[in-house]
Amino acid sequence: MNARTTAQRVRRGEISAVSVLEDSLARIHAENPRLNAFLRLDEEGARAAAERVDALVAAGDDPGPLAGVPIALKDNLCQRGVVTTCASRILGEWRPPYTATVVERLAGAGALLVGKTNLDEFAMGSSTENSAYGPTLNPRDLSRVPGGSSGGSAAAVAADFTPVALGSDTGGSIRQPASFCGVVGLKPTYGLVSRFGLVAFASSLDQIGPFSTTVEDAALTLEVIGGHDPRDSTSLRVGAPQLVAHVDDGVAGRRVGLVRELFEGADAEVVAAVHTAAEVLRAAGADVVDLSIPELSLGLSAYYIIAPAEASSNLARFDGVRFGHRVSGEDVTAMMEATRTFGFGDEVKRRIMLGTYALSAGYYDAYYGQALKVRTLMIDAFARAYQHVDLLLGATAPTVAFPFGAKSHDPMTMYLNDVFTIPTNLVGHPAISVPFATGEGGLPVGVQLLGPGMSESVMLAGARILERDREGL
Amino acid sequence: MSLPDGWELVVGLEVHTELLTASKLFCGCENRFGEEPNTHVCPVCLGLPGSLPVLNRQAVELAMRIGAALHCTIAPSTFHRKNYFYPDQSKDYQISQYDLPINSRGYLDLPDGSRIGIERAHLEEDTGKTTHLSSGGRLQGAERSLVDYNRCGVPLVEIVSAPDIRSSAQARAYASELRSVLIATGASDGRLEEGSIRFDANVSVRRAGEPFGTRCEIKNLNSLRSLQRAIDYEAQRQIDLIESGGVVRQETRHWDEGLGETSTLRVKEDAEDYRYFRDPDLVDLAPEPAWVDEVRHRLPPMPSERRSALGALLSSPTSAQLDAVEAVVELGIERFVHAVARENGDVVIALSRAANELASAVDEVDRLAEHSFVTVVDMEASGEVSATQAKALLAGLLAGEDSDPRSLARAKGFEKMDQSALSTLVEELIGAHPDEWSRYRGGDEKLAQFFIGQVMRRTKGQANGKTVIEELNARR
Repeated sequence: MNARTTAQRVRRGEISAVSVLEDSLARIHAENPRLNAFLRLDEEGARAAAERVDALVAAGDDPGPLAGVPIALKDNLCQRGVVTTCASRILGEWRPPYTATVVERLAGAGALLVGKTNLDEFAMGSSTENSAYGPTLNPRDLSRVPGGSSGGSAAAVAADFTPVALGSDTGGSIRQPASFCGVVGLKPTYGLVSRFGLVAFASSLDQIGPFSTTVEDAALTLEVIGGHDPRDSTSLRVGAPQLVAHVDDGVAGRRVGLVRELFEGADAEVVAAVHTAAEVLRAAGADVVDLSIPELSLGLSAYYIIAPAEASSNLARFDGVRFGHRVSGEDVTAMMEATRTFGFGDEVKRRIMLGTYALSAGYYDAYYGQALKVRTLMIDAFARAYQHVDLLLGATAPTVAFPFGAKSHDPMTMYLNDVFTIPTNLVGHPAISVPFATGEGGLPVGVQLLGPGMSESVMLAGARILERDREGL
Repeated sequence: MSLPDGWELVVGLEVHTELLTASKLFCGCENRFGEEPNTHVCPVCLGLPGSLPVLNRQAVELAMRIGAALHCTIAPSTFHRKNYFYPDQSKDYQISQYDLPINSRGYLDLPDGSRIGIERAHLEEDTGKTTHLSSGGRLQGAERSLVDYNRCGVPLVEIVSAPDIRSSAQARAYASELRSVLIATGASDGRLEEGSIRFDANVSVRRAGEPFGTRCEIKNLNSLRSLQRAIDYEAQRQIDLIESGGVVRQETRHWDEGLGETSTLRVKEDAEDYRYFRDPDLVDLAPEPAWVDEVRHRLPPMPSERRSALGALLSSPTSAQLDAVEAVVELGIERFVHAVARENGDVVIALSRAANELASAVDEVDRLAEHSFVTVVDMEASGEVSATQAKALLAGLLAGEDSDPRSLARAKGFEKMDQSALSTLVEELIGAHPDEWSRYRGGDEKLAQFFIGQVMRRTKGQANGKTVIEELNARR
């Protein structure tokens, strides 16, 4: 049962939040040992929340728009007192003394926070194979990766553990696993959702967003978690977005750009899905035009300078001094070195080194400085495109979910997975992946809709059309 | 200290001042000195994962006041991260300003009329405090290192002077004047002993007419005295080195107050690469022009203006009076002297009482009403009380014994002595000390002090010295 229906029935008293939760937990207990989507459950906390929701309903009060909806959190989101690992050894059994803004808002809307999901360590990866706590299996095909880095959250929704999960998207970490697992994944406009309490990977790119089984649930969740937060300086000064009311607005009269650089080089079945999606939008009244934005091909290389550069600084604080795991050493410097050597996995170390190098004296201009210029070029290129169209259409990922180990030996091949998702992060725009077709072995294929900053409402209406006509296919 | 002939000293100072804000630069923790370690900390200033900085508006206001007081351009600015691993830096980077500081290109005029350029005065966060045990205070080889994060995230402004300073005395005068300015703006409490203001000195020497020499940066200068001594020592060290055929290396040096020496801390080749880049957690700082104008407009008068205003009350001030003017302005108590001037009182007496009696109890001056001070000065000037009694009255008023000078004078028995009683007493003393009297009559003026002393002892300081001399001379 999707989130919106669940919440409606709980609010009307037709079902109890406790029973919804117990159903969810039963499925998790049955399947999670195999899938490894959840790293940790907070059953006690979730039960207490469910009882509060039921008590409010019994008293005639409204527990909120997500009343009784079980929700999973990617394990890089802080929740007071609940172990947060970022799927890294370096945090040990760290329990944050505070709660992320998005988690507070979910709880305030009546959601039941059932636990923390697996990810690539510090959200660095595209397969969830980089977790210190073992990979998550794709519920659609257990021999394949769920994508990443928010693979645990995508799998939790795909396996029907929870109707909604939160992930974070720095270069595609929500949309690519959504595509691989056959669920909806939304990356909001940068600044629409507070990052307070999200353990940073690359601060200028990170954005929290929902996974769900329906477009409407993604809209509903974003309404709850979006809007200004004074604790995040990069938070936009906007109120909570109004999205659900517009989700069925359709695309009649909208102009959509079918962007060559956002599907070229993808597998044939993926390209075919994108073209079908274009036909669906056209049939619904949109004016779909072919577009080329050559600057998009620069995104990947700029991203792999900017994101590691910020990460090298963001991850400096994991030094064993104040929190997390500590490996002792001769003196403080030796302790820090030993802690980081033990605590970080290979991919994290690789990116810290890349980023450190890119920011170093003598290299800054050639690497980091240059990447910032590319970013500006891309912002301008998108702005030009959006003078002519309302939305852009492309693929989410070049392939369907790949088998375990297929790419983990070669970082460059793995990085290429993000080629279609990275541009929106670099320019701070929203994008959504909608499950649209099936490919090799019946595996899901997602297509991606992109819009300019704060165009979520229009973008979701387009996504709703793709979702509807996928059902009809 | 003067340099050997033909040599010139070149100094630039970097001054860090903590700002007197209620809370830290990027979080709501209290900004307080001297509390139990790690009691003013939160997820933000401890750099816990997921926490984010939010800029303190009051810190921006105080930084702009400093910029305005130093005649700087106040411009839109950005924050950068200065990356380095050290346990007192909770995030292992410091948020500072780099290529676009909030304040740039200003100057400070010193009391001697010289002008020192200010290159920039930017905002940044302070670090925590580390204590390394059983390693002579150094990190390397320390058995244990303790960190107190109460200071971590406290707002600082770093004020960088141009290399315009040419002597250690001028460096001291600059530091002292800057301190007074910082206090006057309300940005700093000026407490050097608590580390509220800290100095680093960039020192180089050159033969007259030559380009700048290689500079060394001296750290650990915790007082005006050590600043001046360290510069003197370092200048002589560099001259000796060059004169003996050596070359000055660019390095950071540590001042040892006990030994009176500087020693190498690290050489340039070992300097950290801080990998500065824009902090993506913060947005550009662009105060509205109206706010900047308001800050400039509301800036209180600076010490130089206040010294001029106070000095203008004196017709031809002596150097001792000019020192008193400086001291009174430095302590911010010149309002008492101005109050006396407004009432057409004796400004010379007022300045002296302010520079001495008020200065010695400066923490208590809020107890003293300006009109009470005016009354005491008038009482002294008119001979109603003696100078000794006037000092005692001020001490009593500052100690809170009373708030009304005249009732306090009565309580202390400081009524003006009856003229005939004084006359009788002088007669009596002349009779009792015939030798001293004849020597005084013979022209030994020093003996006037002897008779005044006797009168004071007998009257417990109640008599006026001038009146005693009049009485003596009437009988000479």
